[in-house]
Amino acid sequence: MKRFSWFNVTALTLGFAFLYLPMIILVIYSFNESKLVTVWAGFSTKWYGELLQNEAFLNAAWVTIKVAVFSSTLATILGTMAAYVLVRAGRFKGRTLFSGMIYAPLVMPEVITGLSLLLLFIGIGLDRGVLTIVLAHTTFAMCFVSVVVSSRLVSFDNSLEEAALDLGCTPLQAFRLVTLPIIAPAVISGWLLAFTLSLDDLVIASFTSGPSATTLPIKIFSAVRLGVSPEINALSTIMIAIVTIGVIAASLISKQASLRQQRDEQAAARG
Amino acid sequence: MRRAILILTPYLWLFALFLIPFLIVLKISLSDAALAIPPYAPQLDLAGGWSAIKDFFAGLDFENFEFLTTDDLYWKAYLSSFKIALISTALALLIGYPIAYSMARAAPEWRPTLLMLVILPFWTSFLIRVYAWMGILSNEGLLNQFLLWTGLIAEPLTILNTNYAVYIGIVYTYLPFMILPIYSALEKMDDSLLEAAEDLGCSRTSAFWLITIPLSKTGITAGCFLVFIPTLGEFVIPSLLGGSQTLMIGKVLWEEFFNNRDWPVASAVAIILLLILIIPIILFQRNEQKQREMEG
Amino acid sequence: MAEQPVFAPWNDPSEKPLIQFQNVTKRFGDFTAIDDLTLDIFEKEFFALLGPSGCGKTTMMRMLGGFETVTNGTIKIAGQDMNKVPPNKRPVNMMFQSYALFPHLSIYENIAFGLRRTSMDKGAIDARIAEMLKLTRLEKFARRKPHQISGGQRQRVALARSLAKAPKLLLLDEPLGALDKKLRQDTQFELMDIQEKTGTTFVIVTHDQEEAMTVASRVAVMDEGLIVQVATPDAIYEAPNSTYVADFIGDVNIIEGRASQSGNKTKLSWAEGQPNIIGTTTRTFETGQTCHFAIRPEKVAISVEEPTKAANKLHGKILDIAYLGNISTYHVELPTGHIIKAQTANTRRLARRTMTWEDPVWISFTDTAGVLLDR
Repeated sequence: MKRFSWFNVTALTLGFAFLYLPMIILVIYSFNESKLVTVWAGFSTKWYGELLQNEAFLNAAWVTIKVAVFSSTLATILGTMAAYVLVRAGRFKGRTLFSGMIYAPLVMPEVITGLSLLLLFIGIGLDRGVLTIVLAHTTFAMCFVSVVVSSRLVSFDNSLEEAALDLGCTPLQAFRLVTLPIIAPAVISGWLLAFTLSLDDLVIASFTSGPSATTLPIKIFSAVRLGVSPEINALSTIMIAIVTIGVIAASLISKQASLRQQRDEQAAARG
Repeated sequence: MRRAILILTPYLWLFALFLIPFLIVLKISLSDAALAIPPYAPQLDLAGGWSAIKDFFAGLDFENFEFLTTDDLYWKAYLSSFKIALISTALALLIGYPIAYSMARAAPEWRPTLLMLVILPFWTSFLIRVYAWMGILSNEGLLNQFLLWTGLIAEPLTILNTNYAVYIGIVYTYLPFMILPIYSALEKMDDSLLEAAEDLGCSRTSAFWLITIPLSKTGITAGCFLVFIPTLGEFVIPSLLGGSQTLMIGKVLWEEFFNNRDWPVASAVAIILLLILIIPIILFQRNEQKQREMEG
Repeated sequence: MAEQPVFAPWNDPSEKPLIQFQNVTKRFGDFTAIDDLTLDIFEKEFFALLGPSGCGKTTMMRMLGGFETVTNGTIKIAGQDMNKVPPNKRPVNMMFQSYALFPHLSIYENIAFGLRRTSMDKGAIDARIAEMLKLTRLEKFARRKPHQISGGQRQRVALARSLAKAPKLLLLDEPLGALDKKLRQDTQFELMDIQEKTGTTFVIVTHDQEEAMTVASRVAVMDEGLIVQVATPDAIYEAPNSTYVADFIGDVNIIEGRASQSGNKTKLSWAEGQPNIIGTTTRTFETGQTCHFAIRPEKVAISVEEPTKAANKLHGKILDIAYLGNISTYHVELPTGHIIKAQTANTRRLARRTMTWEDPVWISFTDTAGVLLDR
C-alpha cells in the first residue's frame, strides 16, 4: 500500500533541486558574456575560448589525466590483489594489521594522509612530482578498489574456482579464466572509482606535488580562492559534461547488457 | 610461493606508504621544531650506532602536545570543528530523511532512477560542487538577488565567508552519504508493519514515530557517522566558503604546515585529530556490525 | 441431558449479522477484484474465504480491515457503516500473512502495542498480556525479540497480538501459510480452540481447501471476484452447487451428459452404448439439458465380480494404482475413454492384492452417491 503523496513529491522535488540547481546555475553562467559572474550580460562562449588558450590549465589537465590513469590502474591491480587476499587467502601472520591498513585510509582525513606521505617523501629524499602524486593516489585509491572488489568476491561461489581446478586449471589459470571474468564488473567500477578519486583530489595532491607538477584541482583551488571566475565556470561545465555523458553512457550500456541477458534467458526458457 | 607474492605485494605497499608515513608523523609530533632542512630535530642517524638511537629517543617529548593545550587557538579549533560537524550532521539528517523516505515510498520502477540521481553528484568534482556555491552565496550572488527580488529582505545578507556558508556547503556535498543508508534501511522495511500498527490503533503519524523511525535507526546512525567523520577533518569547504573566523582543524593543520612551516606542531595536531576520530569510527563500525547481525 | 443446539445462526432469520457486505464492488483501475458482492457473517462464526490466488479473497479481507476502500456498496460491522472508518478506529484486528511482528520490539511489547494505544491503565494491560501469553503458551518467550523464536512461535505471537484488544472481529490472512505441514495441522486445532475460548468472530483467508474445511463453520468459495457458494464444510463437500466448487474442494469425477427427469430421479445419458447414470438432484432439469454428474472417488466401489444390487455399475480396466498408505486410489479406464477414480480404505494390513494393472473390474455407486450439476 504505497501512497505517493504530495509530501513525497514535494520532498523529492525540493531535494533534487537542492542537489542539482547549483550545478545548473554554474553551467548557465559559464556562457555569460560578462566578466562579472553574477550579472547576466548575454550568451557567449568566449570563456571557453580563453580557457583553451590558457597553457597553465591545459598543462595541469594533462598532468591530472596522466596521474589518474597511472594511479587508478596501479590501484586496481593492487586493490584486487588485496581483496583476493582478504577474502580468499585464509589466515596468515599479520592479517589483522593488513585488513586494518586496508580500512584505515578510508576514514583517514585527507589532510593527515597527505601530510604523512609528504613527510615520508622528504624523509627518503624523493623529489616531489608526478611520481609522488601517483604513489600517493595509488595508496588511498587501492583501499577503495579492494572494498568494491571484495564485496563482489564475498558473494562469489567458491565452488566455481574449485570446479576449474578440478578440470585441470592451475590456480593462476583458474583466476584468469573463471574468477576474473566474473568479478570483472566490480574491477571495472573499482578502476572508475579510483580514476575519479584521483581526478578529484585536491588535498593529498597539494601535499605531494612539487613545483614541476601541478594538477587541475590545485590550479582551480588557487584560482577560486580569489573569487569566482568565468573561466573556472567554463572549466567546471566541461568537467560536469564529461562526467554526465560518462555516467549516462555507462548506465545505458549496463541496461542494454541486462536487457540482452533477460532476452537470452527468456529465449532459453522457451527452448 | 605464489600465495606469498600475492599477499606480500599489497602488504608491503601499504606498509611502506601507509604505516611508515603514519609512524613518521607520530615521531615528528614528538620532535622539536628547528631551523633546518627538514625543519625538525632530532633526526635519526643509524650510522651513529646504538648511542645515537638512544640519543634520538631521549630527544623525543610531548612538548608539542603541551603547546597545543596552552595556545587556545587549537582547542578552539577542535571545538569549533566538532560544533560545525555536529550542526551540519543534524541539518543533513533533517534534509536527507524526508528525501530518503520519499524515495523509498516511490513506485518501484522509479527507484533506480532516483537512486542514480542521488549518486550522480558523487562522480562530479567535489571542488566544483563547493565552488558552485561561491557564486550563489556572495553578496551580489543569486540567492541574495532572489531574496531581494521577492522583497523578503531589504539588504543583501552576508552568507559567504561565514559559518552559515560552511553548513550549506557541508550539507550539500555530504547529503548523499546521509540519504543512501537511510534509504536502504527504509526500502527493506515491510509495508505490512505499518498496516499492523494502524490495525492495532495507531494513527499514521504515531505509526511513523513508533515503527518507521526505530526501524531506520541503523540507517540514520550510519548516515550521521558518514557525514560527521569526514566533516571533522574537512579542509576545502571551510577554506572556500568559510571566513577568517571559521576555525576548522583541517584548515589549521594546513596553515600550520604550509604557512608557518611548523611540522612538529602540524603533526601533533594531526595525531590529536586522529584520536578524536577514533571514537566515532569505532561507534560507526559497531553500528555496521549490529546491522549485519540483524540481517544475518 | 439437554441436547446442545447446533450453531447455525445463518439459518435463524431473527439473528443479526455482525458483518454485512452489501453490493460491494472493488475496482483497481480496469480490473474488477470484487464484483457486486453481498454476504453476511455472524457473530462467533469461524468464516473461511477460500479460492485460488487472485480470486479477490484478500481484497475482501483488506476492505474489512480498512486497508482498501470500497468502490461501490457498503460494508457494515455490527450495523455501523465502515466505509469512512480508518483501520485504527475499527473494532477489527488483523493477523498478517507475514505476521508483521515489529522486529525492534520484544514479544511482550509486540503484544502490548495495541493495548498501549488505548486508555487502559498499566496494571490492566499487564494482566491482559499475561492472559494472552498464557493462551498462546508463550510465557517463556516474552522477553525475546521476534527473530529469536521459531516460525510456529511467531505465528502465535501474531495471534496473541491481534487478539489482545479483544476485537469484535479477527481477520487472518493465510495464517498458517509459512508453517510446514505437520505444524500446520496442529496449529489448525489450536486456532479452533482459541476461537472457541475467546468467542471472537474469525474470518480466515486461505487457498488451502483442507485448512478451510478443518477450521471453518462456513466456507465461501470464491472465483474471479464472485462468491460461488457459501455453506458449511460438509454441505460444500457433499452438495457442491457447481463443478467449480466440486473440483476445487477435494477430488472428484465429473461426467458430462444430457439430463432426463423421471420422478425424483434424474437420468444422465452420457455415452453411446453405456447405461444411463442415475442420480439425485434438488434442481429441475429440462430434458436434454447439458449437465454434469459429480461423484467423489471414495463413493465409488471397485470389485472384480459384477456387483448385483448397485444402482449404477460400469465396466472398465485398471490403468493406475496409487497406494497412499491409508487408502488406495484406482484409476479405471472405461471403454469410452473416461477415467474414473475409485478409492478404497486399506483397513487390513498387507491384504493380498486382488486387483492389479490391466485387470478388468467393475465400478459401482448408489443413486444418491453423486450430484447432478447444471454448471
